[in-house]
Amino acid sequence: MSSLAVRKAAPAAGTTPGTAQGPPLHRRIALVPTVTLLLGALYCLLPVAWVVIASTKSGHELFSTFTFLPGSGFTDNVKELSTYRDGVYWKWMGNSALYAGLGALLSTAVSAVSGYALAIYRFRGRETLFNLLLAGVLMPPVILAVPQYLLMAKADLTGSQLSVLLPQILAPYGVYLARIYAAAAVPSDVVEAGRMDGASEWRIFTRIALPMMVPGLVTVFLFQFVAVWNNFLLPYIMLSDDEKFPLTVGLYTLLEQGSNTPALYTLVITGAFLAVLPLIALFLVVQRFWSLDLLSGAVKS
Amino acid sequence: MPNTKRRRLVATTVAVALGATALAACGSSGDTGEAASGPVSLTYWTWTPGMDKVVDLWNKGQGKKEQITVTVKKQASGDSLITKILTAHKAKQAPDLVQAEYQALPTLVSNDALADISKNVGDAKNEFADGVWQQTTLGTDAVYAIPQDIGPMMFYYRQDLFKKYGLTVPTTWDQFAETARKLKKASPDTDLTTFSANDSGLFAGLAQQAGAKWWTASGNKWKVGINDAASQKVAKFWGGLVKEGVIDNQPMYTPAWNKALDTGKQIAWVSAVWAPGTLTTAAPDTKGKWAMAPLPQWSAGENVTGSWGGSSTAVTTDSKHQAAAAEFAAWLNTDKDALNALAKESGIYPASKAAQTSGAFLTPPDYFANQADFYTQAAKIAETTAPSAWGPNVNVAYASFNDAFGAAAKNKSDFAAALDSMQDETVADLKKQGFGVAQ
Repeated sequence: MSSLAVRKAAPAAGTTPGTAQGPPLHRRIALVPTVTLLLGALYCLLPVAWVVIASTKSGHELFSTFTFLPGSGFTDNVKELSTYRDGVYWKWMGNSALYAGLGALLSTAVSAVSGYALAIYRFRGRETLFNLLLAGVLMPPVILAVPQYLLMAKADLTGSQLSVLLPQILAPYGVYLARIYAAAAVPSDVVEAGRMDGASEWRIFTRIALPMMVPGLVTVFLFQFVAVWNNFLLPYIMLSDDEKFPLTVGLYTLLEQGSNTPALYTLVITGAFLAVLPLIALFLVVQRFWSLDLLSGAVKS
Repeated sequence: MPNTKRRRLVATTVAVALGATALAACGSSGDTGEAASGPVSLTYWTWTPGMDKVVDLWNKGQGKKEQITVTVKKQASGDSLITKILTAHKAKQAPDLVQAEYQALPTLVSNDALADISKNVGDAKNEFADGVWQQTTLGTDAVYAIPQDIGPMMFYYRQDLFKKYGLTVPTTWDQFAETARKLKKASPDTDLTTFSANDSGLFAGLAQQAGAKWWTASGNKWKVGINDAASQKVAKFWGGLVKEGVIDNQPMYTPAWNKALDTGKQIAWVSAVWAPGTLTTAAPDTKGKWAMAPLPQWSAGENVTGSWGGSSTAVTTDSKHQAAAAEFAAWLNTDKDALNALAKESGIYPASKAAQTSGAFLTPPDYFANQADFYTQAAKIAETTAPSAWGPNVNVAYASFNDAFGAAAKNKSDFAAALDSMQDETVADLKKQGFGVAQ
């Protein structure tokens, strides 16, 4: 009896305002969705687990021991990877960080400005422009890589870091997301109020709208960061100097060494594992920005 | 790794991307002036590991004297590289020098990407076996590349297990089939080898050994003979073994395959001279237990082999310094010091005849320490390589091989039918590309 009383008393303390309305229901676990989600999680995590475990195996253990038995070679693998061609792997990691970090930042900025403009301003051809962008969303980037190469070649930029950065700055999907988000999060009343108070359009955008759009922009940034980080074809076509390669293309050269040289499986696997870490770290760090949604309550409806 | 699935995936993606924009041709304004005197700097796309160190020898030696500096840009090997080169060529920005597998040369030449360097390479021809050199001329008077490495095919087997199961090394394919059957009886869980439907290069080499000529030029038309009598014979032979269940039908270069080699579940491998490198990582536990023998023959007393892999150094038409580039290509593949360094740094098996029995090739590879005359034998086998006949759409034929033979090997169905569909798809693609095709 007493334990029941304690349990009943808990919500009364008001720590979880959302559930304070009535007695807590016994948590029923919906079986089918839970199992489906678990299976989905397993499907996504199993290969990751494989990479994590395989990266601990020495070349000798890789194919001869049980798949999910950790090996003893992790530090050696990392050491070997770090010394491969004078540490070119870390150069690739730096390149990836540059392309993805700077690229995603610039692309978020462009998305923010254009998404805001499309959502707030009414001008002739707005819908046409937006529909064109939507068509861009449907266009797989793979199709664009070669035309982009030929264009870059005309500007004599192929082989440079810019050739990888520039095409990724305009992300139709990012603009699309930013517009949807701006339309929902930035009330036109707030913009009007800003105008009444005499703020310039740029000031309204940077001081009022931008903070409201932060959670959406964080999403755009993350999407774009991951997209650039994982992009293969564009840097593959654009770059020829392996000092400028990002991780994806660099690891590919480790796999395809020609017929007389075996693929460097342990290095590739360790490299792939280390390449995932920054993405995980980024997600963990950036996650908290999503809770900024509270800011959007500037107008009472 | 020759022609594995992932490579094909990338290649296909790139090819699709390229195909989609084939119309976006580029009218570039690059003017290819005559070779200027003064310092020359060349870029070289290659996938060979350690090539930068070999090139350093040039840059510090002969290259320094002649003011020709070469910069290596390491690439991933495979069909996707060909696509990358052709894309760059479209923008007139291909590097001066490229590494290319022999079967890719006709594709590059038909896209006008490779320069004729016959005037610049002197008597390099004498350094190579005729069958090897012929691949770089495509049967014309031109020279489109200098051979670098070759992959003459050989038969590898587990010496200890052959003894254990009472098997003798087959010298003909009939004996090979008998050996497979005998092994299956002695040990039902063990396979002599596998037929890998992922490795088009292997099948092409086996067909080449049997005398197949997949592409021949007659006049200005291509004749495709992928389902000629010789290839049919090879296809039926392997299809028969798979159907009978005396050899495995799983692909090579997979973790499962590595394990099978390492644990003695598969005790032989039809491969090429570069096999020691692969075995070192695939089957580390069985070091010293393998031996190499010539490939089994179609009729007793014959002495022919095919080739699997191998590549060359070519000069592109986009290069503004073709003569200098050709000079470097010739040096790289005929100079004694360069070849020694290539063997040491990159572990390649040289196409140059003189290099095959000197320097690094005086002692057997580490993995085959038990076979002292490994490279002496290899050089002898290399001389017996049958001429090859590559065409401008090998990649299409190879992709078709993967599809058709993949299904046939899995279902243990008719390999000859798979060969026919390979032929049809290759011919259809040639026509689509606008080549004349002779019937």
